[in-house]
Amino acid sequence: MRPLEAVNDFVVKFANVNGSGSASANAMFAKSFLRMGVPVAARNIFPSNIQGLPTWYEVRVTEAGHQGRRGGVDMMVAMNPQTWDRDLAEIEPGGYLFYDSTKPLPPSKFRQDITVVGVPLTAMCNEAYSVPRERQLFKNTIYVGALAALLDIEIGVIEQLLAEQFAGKERLIAANVAALHMGADYVKANLAPLGLRARRADKVGDRIYVEGNMAAGLGAVYGGATVCAWYPITPSTSLAEAFTEFCGDYRTDPATGKARYAIVQAEDEIASIGMVVGAGWNGARAFTATSGPGISLMQEFVGLSYFAEIPAVIFDVQRGGPSTGMPTRTQQSDILSAAYASHGDTKHVLLLPQDPGECFEMGALAFDLSDRLQTTIFVMLDLDIGMNEWLTVPFAWDDSRTLDRGKVMTHDELEAGRDFGRYLDVDGDGIPFRTYPGTHPTKGGYFTRGTSRNPYARYSEEGGVYVDNVQRLLRKFETAKGLVPAPVRRDASRPTRTGVIYYGSTGAAMDEALQVMEAQGRFVNALRVRGFPFADEVFEFIAAQDEVFVVEQNRDGQLRTLIMNEGGVDPAKLTAVLHYDGTPITARFIAGEIAGQLSPAAPTPERRQVPEAAE
Amino acid sequence: MTYITKPQLHHPRLVENALGKTRRDYEGSVSTLCAGSGHDSISAAIIQAAYELDLPPHRVAKLSGIGCSSKTPDYFLGASHGFNTVHGRMPSVLTGANLANRDLIYLGVSGDGDSASIGFGQFAHAIRRGVNMTYIVENNGVYGLTKGQFSATSDKGSKSKKGVVNHDSAIDLVSVALQLGATFVARSFSGDKAQLVPLIKAALSHQGSAFIDCISPCIQFNNHAGSTKSFDYVRDHNEAVNTLDFVVSREAIHVDYEPGTNTLVTQHDGSVLNLHKLAEHYDPTDRISAMAYLAGRQAQGEVVTGLLYVDPRAQDLHEGLETVETPLNQLTDAQLIPGSKVLERLNASLR
Repeated sequence: MRPLEAVNDFVVKFANVNGSGSASANAMFAKSFLRMGVPVAARNIFPSNIQGLPTWYEVRVTEAGHQGRRGGVDMMVAMNPQTWDRDLAEIEPGGYLFYDSTKPLPPSKFRQDITVVGVPLTAMCNEAYSVPRERQLFKNTIYVGALAALLDIEIGVIEQLLAEQFAGKERLIAANVAALHMGADYVKANLAPLGLRARRADKVGDRIYVEGNMAAGLGAVYGGATVCAWYPITPSTSLAEAFTEFCGDYRTDPATGKARYAIVQAEDEIASIGMVVGAGWNGARAFTATSGPGISLMQEFVGLSYFAEIPAVIFDVQRGGPSTGMPTRTQQSDILSAAYASHGDTKHVLLLPQDPGECFEMGALAFDLSDRLQTTIFVMLDLDIGMNEWLTVPFAWDDSRTLDRGKVMTHDELEAGRDFGRYLDVDGDGIPFRTYPGTHPTKGGYFTRGTSRNPYARYSEEGGVYVDNVQRLLRKFETAKGLVPAPVRRDASRPTRTGVIYYGSTGAAMDEALQVMEAQGRFVNALRVRGFPFADEVFEFIAAQDEVFVVEQNRDGQLRTLIMNEGGVDPAKLTAVLHYDGTPITARFIAGEIAGQLSPAAPTPERRQVPEAAE
Repeated sequence: MTYITKPQLHHPRLVENALGKTRRDYEGSVSTLCAGSGHDSISAAIIQAAYELDLPPHRVAKLSGIGCSSKTPDYFLGASHGFNTVHGRMPSVLTGANLANRDLIYLGVSGDGDSASIGFGQFAHAIRRGVNMTYIVENNGVYGLTKGQFSATSDKGSKSKKGVVNHDSAIDLVSVALQLGATFVARSFSGDKAQLVPLIKAALSHQGSAFIDCISPCIQFNNHAGSTKSFDYVRDHNEAVNTLDFVVSREAIHVDYEPGTNTLVTQHDGSVLNLHKLAEHYDPTDRISAMAYLAGRQAQGEVVTGLLYVDPRAQDLHEGLETVETPLNQLTDAQLIPGSKVLERLNASLR
């Protein structure tokens, strides 16, 4: 078998043991390509565990700039004996295996159709270091040095990254640089370069490399959020933590050192959303961050927010469900439970970011929308966007932008005798005015409740009053259509009546899949949905096609169901393309599935079947 | 249920307080609870306390959960914003509201079902966080709105109206609040307005989490022989440890008790609690002794009432979080949005 040859277009996967300190070394490996102007798409594949279980990190080096997973592995850095067999099996024919050759392995542990690269990492560490923890940590830096030499990564770039990472700790910088060279020097002295090569390019531009959770937490700062109540849950925890860190940096009163924010780690998700609703009722911008199990727990309060019309923002970083499901794997499986959260007739606004750049934008926008619409806004991330670093447009803010507080009646307006009916539709858009508690000594006070009431907030169980109120809520939802981000339509380069609808983290793989399909002569119009309620364009797009594929990452085709339900679309017209094994969807999968459906005779390049993690 | 506003007719001789308001200005709509319900007496005590304290009604936020007790905020302080939230979750909503605006006075009204069963966790956590609030549980030991089931505060061995004997242990919210670090803990009885009004005034002036367990007999479902939350039972077993004069400032104190029989406690806001001892050696600033005393008397079947514990150096949640003095809901865009320059620097660090 001829060894694979590629420049700036290959996949390297690291197999490590959780807690061994490999994460920062692996991230540095990925970042070294970015500094050479070569885009990467990297993903953590980690267990629900702190120490000891297998963890993987996959780096797709892609000068073409694809941000989705490709599928398949060209080079495996096999640092975990527990997963050796399956890691070995995953390597593409002609690919490479990098391993610690300190302990000899029988030929039966290898494959004939791959190139095996051994570096005696443990032996080198044992010789150079006496402290056990140093032996473990520097081993990671040594293999990065070895890989740099094997793949032609500029060593100076990694030295610079080390200097930045350990800025102010000169001793650590020197020690790591030494370890880096130890690995590189071994390769130069003992091994030949591989067929996979890095080459300096200029394809990264001004893009930044950041996790969606961090971007969303930053969005909440720019959106003016002052209250965050949350309960730790994977994969959303780092969102609340990022908000905490950014607030410390950017929201500390310079004169007093006091906090212009309040963050409470609540006792559970119910208390989290309760605090958010209380703060929203009282005129502060508030949010919580959670995942599917939290969404289940928050249902009752979401209904209260809907019916009593109280602003709230929920960031849902989706993971594999149902129940505890796959806590450290990705899915888009909370769409329906968010869209129709709570008992009774309810519908909620969803924002669907596709990458960290949109996590920032929509994270900020959500607070304007929640004040404007006086209801819960869901921002639907997923683990793939939230917990992986993505190459994305730089954060930007227009300094002339002001926070939209929505319809709030002021003391002066009340004093001037303006009619205040808390649930009175004065503008025909379904949105009533509200007052902040404590505004005026005698006017504008009202009793907020989850029970039915008339336009002046008086309790009422009269049928007509109830119907008028819930019809107004539907008018408000109609108003929301024009406020949520519009869908993004991209027509094929040749006229076609086949379409595809997708959203969120599927976007990266879809961009690539559309290119792949066009190269194969399959032309598909694409529409990326970015918000719910659906804009009319969504249904116009469907009407203009003969067949529409709805691609998403859950078992039941939840967005497809929502489209059918809300738009009365014929189910036969919408073909589900579903990926839900917990790994991020790939272009190979999408192109293969659509090709299979369009022309059944065509071969279906299925993803390689890999045994699943045993945890 | 219908909504009835009270006629705004004023008796010409109603006395105005320092704000020029009469007691009627602190009322709400007409109660729809059963005639004779203890809860209406508590509403009346809240009205009296707010009136006597000269509180601007619109600066009070009143929050509740679900149940008979949680309906009552509609029946007092009609000019205040109120929030009838969801069952058992008033404490979290109140906490969030308090975070948003530290300048309002927060009054949480709940019941024994709302706070000792479905909301037991939230009750506990709001108290242990030191949320600056007055939290009143109108405790009748029974589910009234659903017609007579035992609640978690029903005493073991007490009998329901249908004759069923309760075999579960009771949750004593006062003991729990003491254990959790509430900085103001009192118990009273809806039938004892002279005791209850000063306690509510003191609690509203307290700068921390103030808890009042107010036994409030349910006239319909828990006022029979065999109940330990009936008017007769509570009157027979009520053992007050002290009586309280609430005084707005130290200058106005007239001590007319025998030396050694009263304690003065000055709170953060300068208000003074003048406590006349009824139980010998009872020190309401000693939390551990209070817990021991309560446990001992309760074992004898007595219902201990009065101001059971107060920490005059209480700290609240905002002090712990070190939030700015300006209420968070009044911060300006400039104080909230870091701006584009900050993003340029941040972007540079992410390449």
